[in-house]
Amino acid sequence: MSKFKKKKGGDLPAISTASLPDIVFMLLFFFMVATVMRQNTLKIENRLPKADQVEKLAKRNLLMYIYAGKPSSAYKDMGTVARLQLNDKFASVSEIAAFIAAERDSKREEEKPFLTTVLSVDKETNMGLVSDIKQELRKVNALKINYKTAPGNPIDK
Amino acid sequence: MAKRAAPEVNAGSMADIAFLLLIFFLVTTTIEIDSGLNRKLPPIEETDPPIIKEKNIFQVTVNRNNDLLLKANGNDGEIIKIKDLRKKAVAFLDNGGGKGEDACPKCKGKKNPQSSDNFEKAIISLQNDRATSYETYITVQNEIIAAYNELRDREFKLAYPSLNMGYVEADKMYSDPKTSASDKASLKDKIEAIKLLIPQKFSEAEPKKSN
Repeated sequence: MSKFKKKKGGDLPAISTASLPDIVFMLLFFFMVATVMRQNTLKIENRLPKADQVEKLAKRNLLMYIYAGKPSSAYKDMGTVARLQLNDKFASVSEIAAFIAAERDSKREEEKPFLTTVLSVDKETNMGLVSDIKQELRKVNALKINYKTAPGNPIDK
Repeated sequence: MAKRAAPEVNAGSMADIAFLLLIFFLVTTTIEIDSGLNRKLPPIEETDPPIIKEKNIFQVTVNRNNDLLLKANGNDGEIIKIKDLRKKAVAFLDNGGGKGEDACPKCKGKKNPQSSDNFEKAIISLQNDRATSYETYITVQNEIIAAYNELRDREFKLAYPSLNMGYVEADKMYSDPKTSASDKASLKDKIEAIKLLIPQKFSEAEPKKSN
């Protein structure tokens, strides 16, 4: 009879964690593939305005980024007026021409006509700064621009 | 000599190592939102401005308090809410008040003689103050692009009913790398035709200095 006796109070078998590394590796590979390393460290606040009539940006390597906004809390000594950031540094509007020239030089000849300037501007910036940037871009003939926005309907707030 | 079994490598710490890497990538990942409003700046060369009839201009002015003033359809300017801008822009572009060679057979508007002649003549002009906020500016731009897209959608559906999609969808499909080359070629002609029918005539004046 003891053959059919249920085991009672036996120790629970340990849950096998042998497949745990596999699962973690799978997640790891997903994040490795999906990761885009930030090119620049932002020194300014950059909360983008919302828009819904957006178009996808072209290839990443054909984009030139210009950031603008108030200096972030770590750079309070720069004041509270909106500033421009090119690459990793605060810059003035007059430095845009040199920045665009340097970016153009680093690209292949056949890619140059497709270069787009992305304006990544904080939503609380005044238009004065943005128009100065646009004037400067017109001077160096970098006419294709893109206002980077966050997805969402701009009207219902 | 007796063959010795190689001792098994202990893989117990593999999970820990993988977790460490995983956490590193989790922290560094920023899912970039790479989308925005594409615009083209006018070249800087000085050309004489063409003479444009006042009725063909839809003039939006944004002041330093982010209020909108609209001057169009022969009125002296009214203060409008930003949510009404899209509707008003569509009505203006679609008016079709032209006669004779300026007539607009595809326009479905009120044919008000005080408002725009046809799609090609209608110009939207935007002027802002230097103290206007960037958020308002983007909203205005977005609404104007939306007005153009609305009309282009309508005309695209009318012109190519068999495709069963609007202009915006077609444009998205065209820029999608997964679309095959033959589809792209046929879409390109259609998109270009609609762009020619309803061109985005959108001018921006230099901002005013606020006192």
